[in-house]
Amino acid sequence: MNQEGTSTTLHSAISRRARPPRASMLTCATAFGWRALLKIKYVPEQMFDVLVTPIMFTVMFTYLFGGALAGSTSDYLQFLLPGILAQTMIFTSLYTGVTLNTDIGKGVYDRFKSMPIWRPSPIVGAMLGDVLRYTIASTIVVLVGLLLGYRPETGIVGVILAFVLLNIFGFGLSWVFTTLGLILRTPGAVMTVSWIFLMPITFASNIYVDPATMPSVLQTIVAFNPVTHLVTALRGIMDGGLTPGQLALCLVTPITLTVIFGPLTMLLYRRKR
Amino acid sequence: MTHAIEVEGLIKHFGATQAVNGIDLQVPAGTVYGVLGPNGAGKTTTVRMLATLLPPDGGRARVLGHDIVTEADALRSRISLTGQFASIDEDLSGWENLLLLSRLLGFGRKGAKARAQELLQAFDLEEASHKQVKYYSGGMRRRLDIAASLVVTPDLIFLDEPTTGLDPRSRNQVWDIVRALVNDGTSVLLTTQYLEEADQLADRIAVIDHGKVIAEGTSKELKASVGSGVMHIHLADPAQREAAQQQLAQALSVPVHIEADPSALSVQFTDTTAATYALAELPRAGIALSHYSMGQPSLDEVFLALTGHPAEPETTQNEQEVQA
Repeated sequence: MNQEGTSTTLHSAISRRARPPRASMLTCATAFGWRALLKIKYVPEQMFDVLVTPIMFTVMFTYLFGGALAGSTSDYLQFLLPGILAQTMIFTSLYTGVTLNTDIGKGVYDRFKSMPIWRPSPIVGAMLGDVLRYTIASTIVVLVGLLLGYRPETGIVGVILAFVLLNIFGFGLSWVFTTLGLILRTPGAVMTVSWIFLMPITFASNIYVDPATMPSVLQTIVAFNPVTHLVTALRGIMDGGLTPGQLALCLVTPITLTVIFGPLTMLLYRRKR
Repeated sequence: MTHAIEVEGLIKHFGATQAVNGIDLQVPAGTVYGVLGPNGAGKTTTVRMLATLLPPDGGRARVLGHDIVTEADALRSRISLTGQFASIDEDLSGWENLLLLSRLLGFGRKGAKARAQELLQAFDLEEASHKQVKYYSGGMRRRLDIAASLVVTPDLIFLDEPTTGLDPRSRNQVWDIVRALVNDGTSVLLTTQYLEEADQLADRIAVIDHGKVIAEGTSKELKASVGSGVMHIHLADPAQREAAQQQLAQALSVPVHIEADPSALSVQFTDTTAATYALAELPRAGIALSHYSMGQPSLDEVFLALTGHPAEPETTQNEQEVQA
C-alpha cells in the first residue's frame, strides 16, 4: 500500500462518527467470557489439571477405598461419584483466583477500567469462562464413572441438572477466590491460602464416607459444612429423591457468598492500583 | 477558548513519596498538549488520575467539563488512554483485541468485525492480525495500542510516552497518527521525555519536575525564556579553546560553556548582532573555526536551564514510577 493510501484509510478510520449505544451488561460479560475461552485456546496446557485430576481421583478412591469403605467397589462408586463431582468443581474453582491475580497486574486492565463498560464484567466474564472448565471436568468424571460401572438413577436429565447446580455453586464459591486473588500478592500465595481453606471443607464432608461413622463433634461440623449440602443435593438429583429443603439448603451458600464476596471483590477491584 | 482539561493543585502521594505535588494545567481543546519531564517526574501518575484510574489525594480537575472524581463514569465514555505499558492483551491476537474492545464499546457482532478490520488496515497491521500480540515488534504493538484507543473516536486521548523505545521509523508513524488525530478534532495530551517530540507535536508544553509544573508555554516561548539564541562553536585547534572562551565572554558578558568535545564551546545570548560580531572577531585574533551553528536553544538546553539538571532518565527514579 502506498503512503497516500495508508493516510487516507487512517483518516477515514479515525474520523468522528456516531458512537454505538452502550453495551449491555450481558454483552460485556459474554465478551469477557469469550476472552477467557481464547486464553484456553492459546494455552491448552492449563486444562491439563482440569482433565487429569478428576480421572485420578475417581479411579483412585474407587479402587483404593471402595472395598474397605462400602464392601464393594461398585457400591462405593455409586455413593462416591456425586461427591467427586463436587470435589472436582471445588478444586477447579480456585483457579479463578489464581488467574485473576495473574491477569490483573497487566496493562490491559488499565484499559478495561478506563472504558465505559459494566464494571464487574471483566471478573464476571472470567467466571463465565470457568463454567466451561467445570462442565468439561464434570463430564470427564461422569464418563469415567460410567466406564467403571456407575449408573445415574435419573439418567441424562439428572446428570444435566447436577451440572447446573454445580455451576451455580461454583459461581458463588468463585467470589471467595476472586477476593483472595485481589488481596494476595502472588498467584502462588493465592494457591496456598486457597488450599488451606479448601482441604478441610472438602474432607470434613460427606463426599467420601457416611458421616454416621464419625465422632459426634465431627458429625456436627460435617452437618454444617456447605459442601455436605451440595453433595446431598447432588445425590438427591442423580439418585432421585431430592427434597425442596435439600435444594434450598444447598443454594443458601452460593447466594450468601455472592452477596458478601461479590461486592467485596468489586470494592477491591476498584481500589487496586 | 474552551479547555479540554483544567487542573488545580492536583496531589498524589504513595506512602512517603510525593508523586504529584500540586500540578496546575490548562489544556486548550483541539490541540496537542505536551507534558514534558524526566522519568519519575509524575507524568504517568498525573495521566492516570486524569483518566479516572487513580483517585487524587488533593486538588481538583475537570476533563471535558466533567469532574474526574464525581463524574468519572460520564467522563470514561469520552476519553481514551494509551498507557506507557502496553494496555492490550498480549495473549490475544491483534484482531481479537480489537474485536473484544469493539464489542465492549457497543458494536454489534457484524459492526465489531468491520470496525476491527478497518482499524487493522488503517494502522498497517493487517498482515499480523492473527498473530498473538506478544510476538509483535515494539512499533506494531504501539500502533495496535493506539488503534485500540480509537475504536470509538474519543474527544480526548491520553498518550503516555507513546514513542518510548521505538525506532525512528515507528516513531514517525506514531507522530503521523497524532497529527491526523488532532486534525480531526480530537484533543491530545501527550507525555514524553523526548524534548524533540514535544517540540515537533505539541502546541503548548508543560515542563514538570518532581511533581510540579516548572514552566509552561509554546515551545518558542519556553526557548525564549532561556535566552533568544544559542551558538555552538567548534575550533580547528582544541588548544585555543581557553583563549576563545575568554574572548567571547569578554565581548558578550555572558558565561561561555565548555562542551564535552575538547574543541567545542557554547554560548547562550540575547543580542544576535553582538553575538555575530563576537564570532567574527575570533578568526581575526588567529583562532580558526572548524564549524559553528547558531539558532534557538534546544529544549534540552531549556530543560537544563529550568531544572538545573539535564533531562537524563535516571534508573532509580524510573523504578519509582514503575512501582507507582
